[in-house]
Amino acid sequence: MAFLDRSARSLFLLEFVGAFWLAMKYFFKPKRTVNYPYEKGPLSPRFRGEHALRRYPNGEERCIACKLCEAVCPAQAITIEAGPRQDDGSRRTDRYDIDMTKCIYCGFCQEACPVDAIVEGPNFEFATESREELFYNKERLLANGDRWEFEISKNIELDAPYR
Amino acid sequence: MPKLTIDGTEVEVEPGASLLQACEAAGKEIPRFCYHERLSIAGNCRMCLIEVEGGPPKPVASCAMAAADDMVVHTDSPMVKKAREGVMEFLLANHPLDCPICDQGGECDLQDQAMAFGTDGSRFAENKRAVDDKNMGPLIKTEMTRCIHCTRCVRFTTEVAGIYDLGATGRGEDLEITTYLEKAVMSEMSGNVIDLCPVGALTSKPYAFTARPWELSKTETIDVMDAIGSSIRVDARGSEVMRILPRINDDVNEEWISDKTRFIWDGLRRQRLDTPYIREDGKLRKAGWGEALQRVAEKVKAAAPDRIAAVAGDLACAESMAALKDLWDALGSPHIDCRQDGAQLGGGERGDYLFTSTLSAIDTADALLLIGCNPRAEAAVFNARIVERSRLGGFAAASIGAPIDANFPCAQLGAGPATLRELIAGEHSFAKTLADAEQPMIIVGMGALARPDGAAVLSAAKQLAANVGATGVDVLHNAAARVGGLDLGLLPGEGGRDVAAIMQGAQAGEVDLVYLLGADEIDMNGLGDAFIVYQGSHGDAGAHRADVILPGAAYTEKNALWVNTEGRVQLGVRACFPPGEAREDWTILRALSDFVGHTLGYDDLSGLRARMIELAPHFTEIGTAGQAVAGAASEGAAMADTPFDLAIDDFYLTNPIARASAVMAECSALAQVAAQDKEATGTHG
Repeated sequence: MAFLDRSARSLFLLEFVGAFWLAMKYFFKPKRTVNYPYEKGPLSPRFRGEHALRRYPNGEERCIACKLCEAVCPAQAITIEAGPRQDDGSRRTDRYDIDMTKCIYCGFCQEACPVDAIVEGPNFEFATESREELFYNKERLLANGDRWEFEISKNIELDAPYR
Repeated sequence: MPKLTIDGTEVEVEPGASLLQACEAAGKEIPRFCYHERLSIAGNCRMCLIEVEGGPPKPVASCAMAAADDMVVHTDSPMVKKAREGVMEFLLANHPLDCPICDQGGECDLQDQAMAFGTDGSRFAENKRAVDDKNMGPLIKTEMTRCIHCTRCVRFTTEVAGIYDLGATGRGEDLEITTYLEKAVMSEMSGNVIDLCPVGALTSKPYAFTARPWELSKTETIDVMDAIGSSIRVDARGSEVMRILPRINDDVNEEWISDKTRFIWDGLRRQRLDTPYIREDGKLRKAGWGEALQRVAEKVKAAAPDRIAAVAGDLACAESMAALKDLWDALGSPHIDCRQDGAQLGGGERGDYLFTSTLSAIDTADALLLIGCNPRAEAAVFNARIVERSRLGGFAAASIGAPIDANFPCAQLGAGPATLRELIAGEHSFAKTLADAEQPMIIVGMGALARPDGAAVLSAAKQLAANVGATGVDVLHNAAARVGGLDLGLLPGEGGRDVAAIMQGAQAGEVDLVYLLGADEIDMNGLGDAFIVYQGSHGDAGAHRADVILPGAAYTEKNALWVNTEGRVQLGVRACFPPGEAREDWTILRALSDFVGHTLGYDDLSGLRARMIELAPHFTEIGTAGQAVAGAASEGAAMADTPFDLAIDDFYLTNPIARASAVMAECSALAQVAAQDKEATGTHG
């Protein structure tokens, strides 16, 4: 019987037809892939992407140099030097560096921040050609904050009810 | 002795002990803010409430109630818990809760105790009180909104520092801690209020916002700003010292340190010598170690042994002095000295140059005579101890010498040797006070000893001590290195020159080379054309005049021994590494010994320490005061009639590190202004 079964399958090209049917079925179904970078998938408001230092609406930087993010960082990626600011003597950072090659994107820094200054924004496209470009300084982080402020504040607002 | 029960355990305490102390003896932690072991009891924070059975049906403040027999105390009952939570809620009602920007964050009593004994919320919805910040000078930063009115700072300044600059005005919600006239707190002990403040109301201004306690590596070491050798903790981050705090050491500094000790750390970063220099055509240029040592060796070899001289400075460690002494002995030169100020000490019995009765003896002394000595400038921590003793009463103090700005009642007996002679003859009224006292103390300072007739003054003081029945004469040094140097014998040998003679010789062209081991206090213009080698940590007077500079380590950067004025050998521990090419001082001398062809017989610190123990056996006894006997008073030498001078003009600028410090410079300027203000009274012009 096995001989007959095998012969019939060969004669009527059953495997071929079955496979062709499956291919056609998926050919006409809606696509699962996105055309990155022209299309992107959805992101959660809690997505932990590239870091940013935020400002208050009046332009004052939020960070008060409490150093809690530096203390909590499990990868020790954050380096802060602080002191009284030149013009008004308020507590500010002289230096705020994040080594993005060390960072493990755990999000503890933004959890620790009492003033929502350091956040992990929605940007995940910050690949660079050299390691050096991934050593972020305060200027770079503040620029990130300025660029992503709209999205970041939206995300914080959306996530607020669950905190 | 009262026996009482605390949470079921029975404890016996000293009579007069408070309930809080009894609870501690029973191993129970009692939260507190206003109570401090070394200050009077205020009882105003109410955090230490506990329940006493059989008493009134309310909690009692344990710090202010004496322990009595058969008391039954509860520290963990529901009443105590509720009371603590209530007190904490009240304290936090007006506290700004700005911990993230507060320098006390991470080491704050209020933070810790709110976590341990408080609740998680507050029912206070009204506006919080805000208080203006006060100006307390260049050292203390104020944020008076954070103040919880424990009054520890007020009690400290009046009881220990002996000044009345701080106080409280207003009552209830209007209570404010203030300096009354918005002036700086003028005390050389003012920095201690920063440690005492249980919240972040008083914090360190130079340290402001720079570091958090958890990122600092802590090293327990010894201070060298004065000859007291206070126990300190150096907090460093990486290669920088961020702050200096006191350690508890009842024999020496209790738990206080002077402002110079505490705020010197910015001087450790400035004016540092971080590479060897050689002077060429009148200008210093950077050089390598080999080149610099080669240059020194050439000059040493070229000069005859009795034409080279060495002077050890005030901050030098015992290790480097021992190596210098050995090197000079090997070279065959007797010209070596460790007494930059020309003090006529050393050579005889060890007890002749020590503070033999120990610093803590002042706690039980009942009469004190200061001879040419201003403890407030020369040993500020010890001065605080005199203030504390004086405040307890039954204590008479007097001074002979230039008028001093004492902050305890101190009679000015006279200006110089004439008064001392009167006292010895028993013609002066204070001689009777001393003789009647059970434990009189006679302290001789460098103002009386650092002069040509210093030995005669010391002898006269001994005579007086013998007359009035004092145990001996206590010598108060003002250089951390001095006793160590005298112990190791850094004194002119047979036919050797002392510092004055070395300078004279250099001027006259009889000395070709002078080796300065951190010696900056001598007059560099008086060194003539001699070739000067300066080994030290800071670019001060010595480095300015030097022909070769060998960069050494500062006191926080080496494992080394210092001997304090009591003869107590104390171990300093390295907190961070010396900058750049600088090396530990004894290793420089060891390397130089190779170049001059008289290699010293030790390659490591333990070998050097063994050699030091050979030179002075008491270097084995680290931490104990020297048990030394003084020689008898010698007859013959006569005292000159010139009055005793003050050994220290400016408390804040006594050594190269202090002169490199911007904070010390600011304090010094302020102190000078204050001194002028004091002279100018209302009837002035």
